[in-house]
Amino acid sequence: MSSNASSVGIVSAQRALFDTPLPLAGGTVLPSYELVFETYGQLNAAGSNAILICHALSGHHHVAGRYSEDDKAAGWWDNMIGPGKPIDTNHFFVVGVNNLGGCHGSTGPSSIDPATGQPWGSRFPVVTVPDWVTAQARLADRLGVARWAAVIGGSLGGMQALQWAINYPDRVANALVIASAPKLSAQNIAFNDVARQAIITDPDFCGGDFYAQGTIPRRGLRLARMLGHITYLSDDGMGEKFGRMLRSGEYKFGYDVEFEIESYLRYQGDKFSDYFDANTYLLMTKALDYFDPAKDYDGDLVAALQRATASFMVASFTSDWRFSPERSRETVKALIAAGKRVSYAEIESVHGHDAFLMTDEPYMNLMRAYLQRVAKEVAA
Amino acid sequence: MSAPASLRPDLQMIADWVTPRSRVLDLGCGEGDLLAWLQAHKQVSAYGVDFDVNNVVRCVAANVNAIQGDLEAGLAEFEDQRFDHVVLSQTIQAMHNTEQILLEMLRVGREAIVTFPNFGYWENRWQILKGRMPVSDDMPYQWYNTPNIHWCMLGDFDALCAKNGLRVVERVVMTGGRRVHFLPNLRGSLAFYRVTRG
Repeated sequence: MSSNASSVGIVSAQRALFDTPLPLAGGTVLPSYELVFETYGQLNAAGSNAILICHALSGHHHVAGRYSEDDKAAGWWDNMIGPGKPIDTNHFFVVGVNNLGGCHGSTGPSSIDPATGQPWGSRFPVVTVPDWVTAQARLADRLGVARWAAVIGGSLGGMQALQWAINYPDRVANALVIASAPKLSAQNIAFNDVARQAIITDPDFCGGDFYAQGTIPRRGLRLARMLGHITYLSDDGMGEKFGRMLRSGEYKFGYDVEFEIESYLRYQGDKFSDYFDANTYLLMTKALDYFDPAKDYDGDLVAALQRATASFMVASFTSDWRFSPERSRETVKALIAAGKRVSYAEIESVHGHDAFLMTDEPYMNLMRAYLQRVAKEVAA
Repeated sequence: MSAPASLRPDLQMIADWVTPRSRVLDLGCGEGDLLAWLQAHKQVSAYGVDFDVNNVVRCVAANVNAIQGDLEAGLAEFEDQRFDHVVLSQTIQAMHNTEQILLEMLRVGREAIVTFPNFGYWENRWQILKGRMPVSDDMPYQWYNTPNIHWCMLGDFDALCAKNGLRVVERVVMTGGRRVHFLPNLRGSLAFYRVTRG
């Protein structure tokens, strides 16, 4: 078997322009917008085998495959999606989409506002998880997908899967909600605000309109990413990988990079600040903070989930403290109380929140087992 | 979805007690055999609970809802009186919080179905008389590696129910897949109880 046997191979992104105005939760209306997306596998004649992959904070539409033969990095969930992989493109038509407000090609703060000919910048409206789901539903219409066989996401992506099941009960057969939560805790919002403050107080941020100034709030983005990264790893995982290892083997008694963990975080921060848009980071963290599907139901999550008809799979990871198993259990408890079909697994992992992107064996087995079941439903 | 055509005799005994189209919770559901059968043959709506992630995966494959969880911690995921039947099959003798789980079962459900190996079975008594802890098909462990820490006989379980004001609706005792009517505490190796509140 060649090493490419389970890759979707060379892929390319597509664009869809929507000129029907999109009313947003925040009260404004986006007159028109573009979504960039990718698809893998074939949509069947009934249009019943489509799976939507919802991305998390820094994710995007490039979920699997490579853009060219010598492309070094594959899509961000390439380990999960492809022929013979748990989300098997031999059976499913898989769609990855960059959400509104993103910085990978869909309309967002760094896009040109057609009304002014300038980047949106600070004038780009805050969008929410329900707004994303509405935009994704329009893309589904465009693609001929009346009902998703499954909507799948980790973290902020899991929130979209949950919202889909609530907002479009007839259009989701299965919702897979991984390493997620029914709403953020105060601690989680606090982390997000520190990240936002790092960006907003960077003098190069220029109130969000840094594009015209030819600057990038690199320092802020870098700090935001470093902080975020700490919370995505577990103490044990970080200890295992870096411990107290020193780059040079001995203390220098100064403030330059000495410990390997410092070097790693700075590298991650630098890399991130090279490609990620500061306004998108702010927007994504706000979408996280605002997510609370129970809010429209007097805080009653059970009532919110009552309309869902999907079957659910909820998964969490033991060492994830940013979206801890207890938070997933809240979702599970509400789903059971609402009488919904749900399975829940708490996967043993040292990978912290990032575990949803990793390949811990029970996790891969769980995804495979669930999606084989979905494939049978679709074929039946 | 394919369900097993036949069940292990002890699981069949439990299945016979389950009302069609009822709501069932199976604690320590293993690979989901009982629930898959009940879904296929009695159209129940059901959840299983199991500690082992590999069992959750097998349940998912068998189209059985499974919640990974530790029964020792109680049944916090489940609301009061959510179920018609709550099953605990050959697990109670391995639990630390024996009394608590029994009460939890009757908090979340109308009826508890509890099965356990009867320590009073004559073969067990005989092995004890010979000077050794019992080892049998229903209790296949040595004293030093057994997960079974709370052994009881029929009378002990009756007493636990009485202490908590619980009502034993029905009791069946079996040996080798056959029902035992005469001298059950001596001749029965597996006990089956249906218990409700008062």
